[in-house]
Amino acid sequence: MNRIDILFRDLKKRRRKALIVYIAAGDPGISATERFIHELEGCGVDLIELGIPFSDPLADGPTIQRASERALSKGVNIRTILAMVRRARKKAGLPIVFMTYYNLVLHYGIKKFISNAKNAGADGIIIPDLPPEEGSTLIEESRKKDFAAIFLAAPTSTKERLRAIANKTSGFLYYVSLTGTTGARARLPGEVAKKVKAIKRLTKKPVCVGFGISGPEQAGKISRSSDGVIVGRAVIKVIEKNLGKSDLHKKVISFVKSLERAVH
Amino acid sequence: MRKKPSLPDKKGYFNEFGGKFVPETLMCALSELESELRDAFKDKKFLRELDYYLKEYAGRPTPLYFAEHLTKKLGGAKIYLKREDLAHTGAHKINNTLGQALLAKRMGKHRLIAETGAGQHGVATATVAAMFGFTCDIYMGTEDITRQALNVYRMKLMGARVVPVDSGSRTLKDATNEAIRDWVTNVKDTHYVLGSVVGPHPYPFMVREFQSVIGKEARAQILKAEGALPDFLVACVGGGSNSIGLFHPFFNDKKVKFIGVEAAGKGLNSKHHAATLLKGEIGVLHGSKSYLLQNTDGQVNIAHSISAGLDYPGVGPEHSYYKKTGRAKYEAVTDRDALRGFRLLSESEGIIPAMEPSHAIHYVSKFAAKLSRKKVIILCLSGRGDKDIDIAKEYIKL
Repeated sequence: MNRIDILFRDLKKRRRKALIVYIAAGDPGISATERFIHELEGCGVDLIELGIPFSDPLADGPTIQRASERALSKGVNIRTILAMVRRARKKAGLPIVFMTYYNLVLHYGIKKFISNAKNAGADGIIIPDLPPEEGSTLIEESRKKDFAAIFLAAPTSTKERLRAIANKTSGFLYYVSLTGTTGARARLPGEVAKKVKAIKRLTKKPVCVGFGISGPEQAGKISRSSDGVIVGRAVIKVIEKNLGKSDLHKKVISFVKSLERAVH
Repeated sequence: MRKKPSLPDKKGYFNEFGGKFVPETLMCALSELESELRDAFKDKKFLRELDYYLKEYAGRPTPLYFAEHLTKKLGGAKIYLKREDLAHTGAHKINNTLGQALLAKRMGKHRLIAETGAGQHGVATATVAAMFGFTCDIYMGTEDITRQALNVYRMKLMGARVVPVDSGSRTLKDATNEAIRDWVTNVKDTHYVLGSVVGPHPYPFMVREFQSVIGKEARAQILKAEGALPDFLVACVGGGSNSIGLFHPFFNDKKVKFIGVEAAGKGLNSKHHAATLLKGEIGVLHGSKSYLLQNTDGQVNIAHSISAGLDYPGVGPEHSYYKKTGRAKYEAVTDRDALRGFRLLSESEGIIPAMEPSHAIHYVSKFAAKLSRKKVIILCLSGRGDKDIDIAKEYIKL
């Protein structure tokens, strides 16, 4: 059993929801990211989604685009990010999944990526521009290594597609709460709850909700109807506001703690 | 009857190239578009309507003009120009936007969005939006807004909103990212009018079908003029829509050779070019697998060309397929030589070409001279040069 499956099994027993936080690897620097991983775990975050920055992040809104640009300007790449995860893994126990765009993985080599990521201590991958019908190699190679290939579902997904996505995803199913890029305004929690309920009728796998969760209040509400919430832009905003300041890490910790209290 | 090439396959692949690499939110919109397209291409009323607008509104068929003076000057193969510069709005882009606007109407969409580099596709989209009554937003890089100011004004004049894109290289690649982001957000009432044979399936197929009017006409026209098929087809390649439009109807005429001309910018060995097929590696950008200009990490490189319409690090998947199978040959022409082509056609034929086909003109000027007078070349003159006058003035002192 991998770390993600163990996490959701334990959460279920304790009737708790997962708090998943997204940060962009290398924003504002690779050592800051390593420190964030430990700090987030210390705040009670259950799973970290680690963005590998891409030059053309077309599923992301302006905030995460800027985070990607900051990280790329620091010269991070898959090699340096894997090395950082390997270092962080010596102490960190929580699951870490990558989020990145398909070209980076394709260019690096799918098999090689999964093998090296697993060895470094990562647990899965989310690729927003890779629908399951294009993902057969990724799914196959991930399965061999007990690495999670996490697929996304959207409000526009038909029932047939939801079924196929639920069937192909591993670790959890990532439900995109809105039609839009990351960070856009989320739909009413009621609508999301209805959709999540419909998905949960199709699968026993955990369903987590992301895109557009603005803060603790919304995170708390949406976590009630799902197995977990993913917060990205709201955390990046705090990083962005405090760039270059001595209390950057303190500010991030205090915001993430407020999320933690709302979700757990 | 000529056998129709069967690619792309059902999943949108031209062998290993193509596919649908988009966020899940768009998958349903792509399926909807696919099924609408299938129905429309079987619907005589739709095809009649498209023909009507191509003829009465866009001014088709465009002439296939024998460039006698240019031919004499070069002293080699006979050169014919497919005069897409004479189509309404001044480029071949209108062939595609008319088709897609009619489709959007069928699908009940109220809003059109598009990306544009040189502004020709933006203008062609704004044009059909004005005529059919769609609201219209055009994404354009701020770098291109500066160098194609005339087209920005034309779009605004016809009621479109031009949305400046200030991220990345501030050119066509980034405008496309932003248009896709808009589509992801407003997919329910918006149709994305992609302007080239790029993007996720069914776009490369759909745009090819709409642009194939170029090659179908040219094939009939050359048979009438010469009593035989041409030896060479030459066209510039950015994303690759005018070239695919010309090439595709000749696909099964194996004796007709295809030459695509990419932008070599400041030189193929510099970092400043847009020669994706000659210098790229296989990758995924904007929804399809194709050749791509990228660095050793797989980050997309910033392309460079004097012509905004060729300034793109990707290329249509069907071109990648043509390259890999050898059906077409690809060459590249620098900024400096494109300016020579620009001047050559202006002086020899009294036709001011756009900077994009000026690359192909320069290539032909070297190539035709080496061929016998019995050989025949069709060159796709994809657009007129009014939009490029400001750039030309910087380089060509008169």
